[in-house]
Amino acid sequence: MTRSRTYRLAVGLAALSILAAACTAGGGGSDEPLASPTASASGKVTFWHFFTGREAEAIEGVVRDFEASHPGITVDVSSGQDDEKMRQAIASGGGPDIGLSYSTDIVGNFCTTGAWRDLAPYVERDQVDLGQLIEVVRSYTEYQGTRCSMPVLADTYGLYYNKKLLADAGYTAPPKTVSELADMAKKLTTFKSNGDIDVIGFMPNLDYYENSPAHWAPHWGATWFDAEGKSTVATDPAWQEMLTWQKQLVDFYGADKLTKFSAGKGDEFSAANDFERGKVAMMLDGEWRIAFIDADKADIDYATAPFPVADSKPDLYGGGYVSGNIIGISKGAENPEAGWELIKYLTTDTAAIVKLSNGIKNVPTTTAALTSPDLQVDDNFRTFLDIFAHPGSGTSPSTPAGAEYQNLYGTWLVKWQSGRETDLTGGLAEVAEQIDDSIALAGQ
Amino acid sequence: VTALAPPTLAAPAARTRPGRVPAPLRKKRRKRRLFIAALMAPWATGFTIFFLYPLVATAWFSLTRYNLLSPPEFIGLRNYSFFFTSDPYSLLSVRNTLWLVVFVVPVRIVFAMLVAQLVIRIKRGGSMFRTIYYLPALAPPVAATLAFAYVFNPATGPVNQFLAKLGVDWQPLWFSDPRLAKPTLLIMAVWGLGDVMIILLAALLQVPTEHYEAAHLDGANALQRFRYVTLPTIWPVLLFVAVTGVIQMLQYFTQAAVASSVAGGVSPVGGGLGERLGYPDNSMLTFPIWLYSKGFASFQLGYACAMAMLLFVVSLAFTAVLLRRSRVFLYGAEEA
Repeated sequence: MTRSRTYRLAVGLAALSILAAACTAGGGGSDEPLASPTASASGKVTFWHFFTGREAEAIEGVVRDFEASHPGITVDVSSGQDDEKMRQAIASGGGPDIGLSYSTDIVGNFCTTGAWRDLAPYVERDQVDLGQLIEVVRSYTEYQGTRCSMPVLADTYGLYYNKKLLADAGYTAPPKTVSELADMAKKLTTFKSNGDIDVIGFMPNLDYYENSPAHWAPHWGATWFDAEGKSTVATDPAWQEMLTWQKQLVDFYGADKLTKFSAGKGDEFSAANDFERGKVAMMLDGEWRIAFIDADKADIDYATAPFPVADSKPDLYGGGYVSGNIIGISKGAENPEAGWELIKYLTTDTAAIVKLSNGIKNVPTTTAALTSPDLQVDDNFRTFLDIFAHPGSGTSPSTPAGAEYQNLYGTWLVKWQSGRETDLTGGLAEVAEQIDDSIALAGQ
Repeated sequence: VTALAPPTLAAPAARTRPGRVPAPLRKKRRKRRLFIAALMAPWATGFTIFFLYPLVATAWFSLTRYNLLSPPEFIGLRNYSFFFTSDPYSLLSVRNTLWLVVFVVPVRIVFAMLVAQLVIRIKRGGSMFRTIYYLPALAPPVAATLAFAYVFNPATGPVNQFLAKLGVDWQPLWFSDPRLAKPTLLIMAVWGLGDVMIILLAALLQVPTEHYEAAHLDGANALQRFRYVTLPTIWPVLLFVAVTGVIQMLQYFTQAAVASSVAGGVSPVGGGLGERLGYPDNSMLTFPIWLYSKGFASFQLGYACAMAMLLFVVSLAFTAVLLRRSRVFLYGAEEA
């Protein structure tokens, strides 16, 4: 064999081995049989979640209760872990046994790719009653029949309003329609001597704090996809109604002034939050804000109510956007049985759910916890429990491309609200096409 | 008459088969080859593991639908065709990156050259000024960008407050304005020009003073001395700075990512970095940022690999063209 032939053979073999290695990347099976129902789980469980600070302490407290009630299991908790990091870790085989995410948007991707295991066999074996979960929660924790996650409390969104500012402007009740919201917002806004906004009645920018098309959609009854899974942002008239209303309010303030106000906003999850500082009279936010206001000792007289709805759809009043924290077992989990025990505890044990809900002021997801006498409910929190139970409440759908459809839409909306895009119909048609292309590329 | 003898060609040297190399020499040669191979082994191993393998793997994944978890599914050139025909932000991200290449690289070099020329002329305290100008280059990119985002915050930042105190009506939105976001990044890049400045300074110090004296005696003014003495002498260094600058800009990620996240202002609690990158209006969406978003926020690794391959090819082409053009500039006369 000549030297050149030897080289060619070596190069060929190397290329083949690289391709073979490349083709087998992302391995890590999850097909091992389940333990028998009578076997007790034990060992160490690694648990990643996204909470930080005060909320992480609340999680930690419940996890310690779990360890006390399950002597054979220890839990290694890592806080402040985001979804991107978790997914990369799972793919590389270094992920946690179980992970907790705040975004239901990832369910489609995590279920279809197998990043999280199918929990159906565990649910069936241990005869976990999924009927105890609220319907909307049951739906957002599975994707096309695959249950790869369970709910750890839910989030609902409503209106927070500054009672003093409203009273000073002569209002005794919060708005119920978006027309009322716009009128009140204009009256509640005050300006500085140089024309900048000092206190804003309601911030209409869709990239401000919790403002987003997904969180606003239920109040206009806007839908994301049709039965074939095609985007409806261009064909559902509710979107145009919503964006026309939004742009009118933006134009009242001036896009540049809103951008400047937004640039000076305080950190959302701190005492510098604009609402907590009294810089915003009315704001869309999640129920967790109650605990933040309390913990930050914000000097503010406030109340909560359902977010106003489109004038054309008054029946929607009382509902809102519902999402929640979800938990699942990683593909390469080393101790899935003990992980499942922790999941069961966090998602079905009434005492644990109530303790966690009282700690971080999130909405419980089981009927038993929702009606538990131990659940601490004041008027402000009651609003969110009512929104949670309202038939008009909804969530955003899962797709194999995660939340990219929302990102594409949100990116276009920044252009729309700034006035750089004026063709609403054409622009939405373009976004719909982008969404469909993106989901097709991700593999639906 | 002496007949000229026909010219005779020297008989060709007999083609002899080289004798067998003596065994001790063969052994010595083999040992030498092994020694060289041993010396090169660490590099070859690193090259294979950290460059060749990822390159081949990336090329393969670019032809697949791949999400890190499921096995890659071969889809031919669909990722590439999506990039050129359907991706709404691919060409925008290319434009943003090209903007940085076209403006940041030359502006940094020009300013660094001016500062280096200035510093070299300072007789007393020159080293202090060198240190001062170099210091910003030592600041970690994330910290420096956070500081700039604070300084240029349109509502609370000192720059706009200073403008207002001066009575200037113009209150720019800086990182929050899609028209000004990239120029603000340019300002930040100029602020951190210390790395380029120090390289050019070293090059300028290498220019023989006799050349300047000779040019001076020939009546060359300052501009001519720079054009005909300084520039040709430091050209290779300038070329190095330009090539590395272009490559840096093609890979520009950190500063744009941090600036857009801070200016975007939404806490990405639990969601990760990919959510807000490119703000405002995708004016800071550079090619590497879009690549990252597609790969790690949208989980489209196959598509991200296709983008990485395109970036690799463009970087290679850019560098090759730049080197080729400069060779013509340097040795144009001889080569022509």
